[in-house]
Amino acid sequence: MTDELYCGHTSCAGCPATIAIRSIMKAAGKDVIISNATSCSEIISTPYPLSSWPVPYIHVAFECAPAVAGGIEAAQKKLERTAKIIVLAGDGSTYDIGLQSLSGMVDRGHDVLYICYDNECYSNTGVQRSSATPFAAWTTTSPNGEKSIGNKTFKKPVAEMMIAQGAVYVATSSIGYPKDIQEKVKKALSIKGPKFLLIHAPCPLAWKFDASKTVEIAKIAVETGMWAMYEYCDEKRTISIEPLFKPVSEYFRLQGRFKHITDKEISQTQEHIKKYWDRLKKY
Amino acid sequence: MRICLPNKGSNRKAGEISAFENNVGEIEYEKNRVVSDDTSAFFSQEVDEDMKKIIEGSHAIAEAVKLSMPKVIAAYPITPQTHIIEKLAEMVAGGELDAEYMTVESEHSAMAACIGAQATGVRTFTATCSAGMAYMWELLYCAAGMRLPIVMGVANRALSAPLNIWNDWSDSMGARDSGWIQLYCETAQEAFDTILQAYRIAEHHNVLLPVMVCIDGFWLSHVYEPVNVLEEQDFVKPYQAPEIDVDSDEGFKRIKIVLDPKQPISMGEYATPQYYQEFKEAQQIAMLNAKLAIKEIHDEFAKKYGRSYGNGLIETYNMDNAKYAIVTMGSVCGTIKHLIENEKIKDVGLIRIKSFRPFPTSELQKALERIESFGVFEKVCSPGLGGVVFNEVKAKTNKPGASFIGGLGGRDVTLDNVRKMFDLIRIKDENIHWI
Repeated sequence: MTDELYCGHTSCAGCPATIAIRSIMKAAGKDVIISNATSCSEIISTPYPLSSWPVPYIHVAFECAPAVAGGIEAAQKKLERTAKIIVLAGDGSTYDIGLQSLSGMVDRGHDVLYICYDNECYSNTGVQRSSATPFAAWTTTSPNGEKSIGNKTFKKPVAEMMIAQGAVYVATSSIGYPKDIQEKVKKALSIKGPKFLLIHAPCPLAWKFDASKTVEIAKIAVETGMWAMYEYCDEKRTISIEPLFKPVSEYFRLQGRFKHITDKEISQTQEHIKKYWDRLKKY
Repeated sequence: MRICLPNKGSNRKAGEISAFENNVGEIEYEKNRVVSDDTSAFFSQEVDEDMKKIIEGSHAIAEAVKLSMPKVIAAYPITPQTHIIEKLAEMVAGGELDAEYMTVESEHSAMAACIGAQATGVRTFTATCSAGMAYMWELLYCAAGMRLPIVMGVANRALSAPLNIWNDWSDSMGARDSGWIQLYCETAQEAFDTILQAYRIAEHHNVLLPVMVCIDGFWLSHVYEPVNVLEEQDFVKPYQAPEIDVDSDEGFKRIKIVLDPKQPISMGEYATPQYYQEFKEAQQIAMLNAKLAIKEIHDEFAKKYGRSYGNGLIETYNMDNAKYAIVTMGSVCGTIKHLIENEKIKDVGLIRIKSFRPFPTSELQKALERIESFGVFEKVCSPGLGGVVFNEVKAKTNKPGASFIGGLGGRDVTLDNVRKMFDLIRIKDENIHWI
């Protein structure tokens, strides 16, 4: 049993969500309330009548965890309670169905830390494409075939959207770097207002790699520049880990979801990475 | 993994919490209770006419909400609900009402915020209708399933398409199975009184269900009526969150069912086939308990303030010597009462359903006992079936009945329409008629 997330939860072997949760909870402490969106993290941790959560926890639906958190914050003001409030959601609820609710939470300035663990698809429902799915990746709803290379779009820049909207603290991290997650959670919780933390979370089931490789793949994503690690606070961006810009093919070849891609998609992605980083350095 | 909300006794089924312990006794009591909607005794009390204000139905709701002291109000505008939330915004801005007022970005988030706040341990309010209610649909079920006593004002409005901002009951009737108590009002005064009662009903320890207080959009929400607005009240006390006994390291202890790090609990868990059904059964039992709670709280209100609405579940009018009855809900009852009174009609009476959920089965059966035939007028149609209310009433009686569907999308229901319905009921018609 660990203090961060009680054992007995039902996650898959090599699950990145539980690595993220344990890092988050280690940093957040016990004076915290969790508003969880429907996701793997919910399903693995709260099968009635059991719970793996050592802190107050609420799950309502897929797309409304930020609004629930806003309601908690409003109630706490009236009750003169000061527990920190954290939203925990996957990329489906963050990039897609709950984006409006997240935007509303940031707009109203709720003192909430929103954390998305991004496994780049709807893993919980059996690996369907989300707007976090990378270009050319296979999912069950973006299959590759004679007339398709897989997913047709690049990832939605959701963290940059939160910066544009004026969240007081925006950061990206990765389950490959648990200490980085802890530092960012601690820093975020020390700032009042709406905060956003996006954590890269390679999923063995969805990305088709061996369960022992979760952390390795997370690190390669950062080393190739596929995943940026940064903080944005006080109008300033700080890169947490400078990428080595290893060839992106090193990242692709470890994952079954990219097994079908050709040099064309590799160079398109390489170009996308360059543009993305140019933009990051600029703003 | 640890137990989230440990049950005290091993005999208790999953899904049950201590609040439901007395269910069996309550239901028996309910069956044996003599139905009485004779409330003339209550009216004998003197009512201070000077306290009456001429206000809109929407403002009557807002005034009653203010007196109920909610701590979080989540609001998203939709015609014709807007005047309710605008008035509440003014009250909060002016310091009359000490609440957090959240201008959420959708009705979905309005209900989500109410759920989050209520789960944290405060009283909440929101209001909606039509497309707004359709948009919060998913969360109506969550609020009810999580047993959160949220109160919501509904200014009933038609659903698109075609787009229409006027009154009918398509919105709340569609949500009849969501697990919310639904109370329909005839007047602005009733809306005021029903809000106060709604908080008591919702928070009753044998109920713990959310309540919709429904008023006809525009017909009530935007019409000015004299309303006796209480300056203060002690009918609705400051909010106390429900409590439960839990097993802890120090033995059993009583805790509030709220999100508080001092006593961490998990709320809104998912339930497998092994457990899910018990939650739904518990909601049905709570609804049956609500029938008794509605009557008791209504009677207490009537004794205290001198205003009553039948027995809280149904109201009968001119039924003493009636051979026929028209059954309906909401503001159209005013038109029907007016016709009966003005034309001194003796043979047709009115049965007004105030509580549509829980459905007043035994009360309706008793009210229909001595009549020869009836008709149901309703502002909703379930395409492929017909009248929703009609079919529910008809299922509980073998008397011949006619189904009248009308007033959709705000169409006026005239005295002539009512006369026509009375005539069809008198000839024991059993067809569907579009009014």
